[in-house]
Amino acid sequence: MHHSIEIDNLKFSYPDGHTALNGVSLHIEPCEKVALVGPNGAGKSTLILHLTGILEGQSGALRVAGLPVTKPNFGKVRARVGLVFQNPDDQLFSPTVFEDVAFGPMYQGLEMDQVRQRVEEALGVVHMSDYASRVSHHLSMGEKKRISIATVLSMKPEVLILDEPTAGLDPRARRSLIHLLDDLDITMLVSTHDMRMVRELFPRMVIMDEGRIVADGSTQTLMNDEVLLNAHGLEKP
Amino acid sequence: MPVFPLSAPEPMHIPDGFLSAVVSIVLWLLSILVIAYSLKRVNQDLGERQVPLMGVVAAAIFAGQMLNFTVVGGTSGHLMGAALATILLGPWAAMLVMTTVVSVQALIFQDGGLLVLGANIFNMGVIGVAVSYFVYLSIQRLAGGKSWGIFTGGFLAAWASIFVASLAVALELAFSGTSPANLAIPAMAGIHALIGIGEGLVTAGALAMIYATRPDLLRADRQKQAGGAALWVVGLIIALALAIASPLASAYPDGLVRIAKQRGFLEAAQGPVYQIIPGYILPGISNEALATILAGIIGTLIVFGIAAAVAYSKRNRKTVQN
Amino acid sequence: MHVHFLDPYRSGHSTIHQLDARIKFVLAVAFIFITALTPIAAWPVYILLFALAISVEVLSELGVGFVLRRAVLALPFILAALPVIFTIAGPALFSLSIGPWTLTATIPGIERFVSIALKSWISVQVAIVLATSTPFPDLLVAMRAVHVPRLLVAIFGLMWRYLFVFADEALRLIRARTARSGEADLAGLKAGGSLLWRARIAGGMAGNLFLRAFERSDRIYMAMVARGYDGEVRAAPLPHLRPVDWVILTVALTSLLSLLIFAFLFWG
Repeated sequence: MHHSIEIDNLKFSYPDGHTALNGVSLHIEPCEKVALVGPNGAGKSTLILHLTGILEGQSGALRVAGLPVTKPNFGKVRARVGLVFQNPDDQLFSPTVFEDVAFGPMYQGLEMDQVRQRVEEALGVVHMSDYASRVSHHLSMGEKKRISIATVLSMKPEVLILDEPTAGLDPRARRSLIHLLDDLDITMLVSTHDMRMVRELFPRMVIMDEGRIVADGSTQTLMNDEVLLNAHGLEKP
Repeated sequence: MPVFPLSAPEPMHIPDGFLSAVVSIVLWLLSILVIAYSLKRVNQDLGERQVPLMGVVAAAIFAGQMLNFTVVGGTSGHLMGAALATILLGPWAAMLVMTTVVSVQALIFQDGGLLVLGANIFNMGVIGVAVSYFVYLSIQRLAGGKSWGIFTGGFLAAWASIFVASLAVALELAFSGTSPANLAIPAMAGIHALIGIGEGLVTAGALAMIYATRPDLLRADRQKQAGGAALWVVGLIIALALAIASPLASAYPDGLVRIAKQRGFLEAAQGPVYQIIPGYILPGISNEALATILAGIIGTLIVFGIAAAVAYSKRNRKTVQN
Repeated sequence: MHVHFLDPYRSGHSTIHQLDARIKFVLAVAFIFITALTPIAAWPVYILLFALAISVEVLSELGVGFVLRRAVLALPFILAALPVIFTIAGPALFSLSIGPWTLTATIPGIERFVSIALKSWISVQVAIVLATSTPFPDLLVAMRAVHVPRLLVAIFGLMWRYLFVFADEALRLIRARTARSGEADLAGLKAGGSLLWRARIAGGMAGNLFLRAFERSDRIYMAMVARGYDGEVRAAPLPHLRPVDWVILTVALTSLLSLLIFAFLFWG
């Protein structure tokens, strides 16, 4: 069990020529909680998509949860990494909550009683145990976001990656989600614009801009450097 | 290049050159008639909401055809969507939706030819929808309104839409002399009997999702009001006709040969004109070969002439810019 | 990330790009029609048609190689015509024995097969040039010009507008599914689930898209009503064609027709 992320000089360009990642290097230790911030178009989402092989870099090395992220390993990497996308409507593609949370374990071939157990546990962690038979489509944004997290927790991942978890949430739902993330004891990488959440939850902050990492260090220190923040489209909370 | 199943997966989009002009024109005429009627009916039934609803559902079907699932190893199954569109929108709107989907596939992505677009629209839009309608409504009636009717009906309607449409494609290819009937029909039928299962499963899955979230969209009376008894009968007739014609055609390919021979009479009538012109102008080289060489020379001259003109005008453009 | 690369249109300033979409559309269809009518084995005519197609590609400055390659990609259907090599009667060329069957390839059979393949390949090239050199909104104008009903054109327009939105959503659904398609480390487990289950998941995703379509159409309708939509499809009047457009149209159609008559005289 490794629970870590190691990115070395990752480069990636889209088919239309746009260079999205210009040599990104990042090491995240087990159980570290890291926030990834930066303006839109910095490459944050692109970087995240590389971590489970959904996009493949053109050069550089990538190891996640102890495995090099190459084609033969994609399946295993995806089992160890919980990737929660920004729009829960993309994440919840089954009719009921149970089926969505069960997808991961079912795909892996677990027995039905094991699957049921995993679903119960995952829903319990996100405090939505009563929602198993509900229809995903009808839930509120906050509820959907928590179920989305449950859909990856049921795979018992070593690493949790979230893309804009608090986007679109009202203050109450946001507070509830922040509590949840705080409680989870797992390696976490979160891409976000929510600087207040970053200051509250994430001891380490990585600033990305134009496909590069421009700063990587203690949140407290970086937050006080307003010049740096402003230079990369960020504001001190 | 991202790996996208941009083209629809089933071998059902006929490209240009595979159907004879006669077959293409006949199917164009049929399609135009049906589309015109569908427009009238949709105007009556759906009223103002029709444009956004059909446009967006068409977009969803197009995008939905990208959703694949692994069948075996490297192959994957996808959705054509005629049955789903019929069940959700009613047959007339579904025909219009499928018309736009198939047309854009041909126009923009060259999935299916332009001249044979009428045939493709007829196969996937008209036959696909009419047969779906007939099967779905029948199963619903059998189920007496119970929910199993929706899923079984959806599965069978989807399967039938693919299977029967493929028979039509095979017959059209045979009539055009592109594919021998006794091979095309069993081949298409066999392949699509399998592909139809995939379509059936995905359709049933989609209906399950919709039933769980918006069951109001699947209320039984929606479809009946939209289509009417006449269409149900038409769907039945189409399915039966193709089901009967296909084994006949494949067992008796001579029937089609006879048709081809009749066309041969036309060629024979033109014979005398060819007789007047001698077979050889130059000794040792047949006219045929001569014409081919000449065509090659003329063709090359045309291409090089145009290439030169383009290069010249490009240089002109650059100097003007500078 | 957007799926805008789904749009095959490539902008440019070539003669073809500047030609009115209506003319292009009519000529493309006429070309394909003439090609379809050209008799089997009329090789010189095929050569000339091919030369014309290449000329158009050169004129469009899209790259002949690009068009030729894309044209080949659109042709796996040719397998359907392959048997015709062996089933048309005529002087035999060679025989193949596969197990208990003997297949005899005949000259007319091969001629027919090659004719179909060539005709198809040439037709697709022209269709590609049309699609790649004409922005879709201009094609809508072309449709209106050939009297496609306004309602249908309106549906086309809306479909195009939301095609990329839904393609994007489909892509994200696929990614979300891929991200959760993992192989556990535990021994003896086969990943992937059953075929039935996978098909149902794909179906659920399709259902998801359809639901979004329905709800989106409600919102679009409300937005249209808010701007005065009353169900009637109104569009701006079509611009007039310039005299040079008519000249190009006439010359091109006449040439194609002459080619066809020539073909019928000698090979019909």
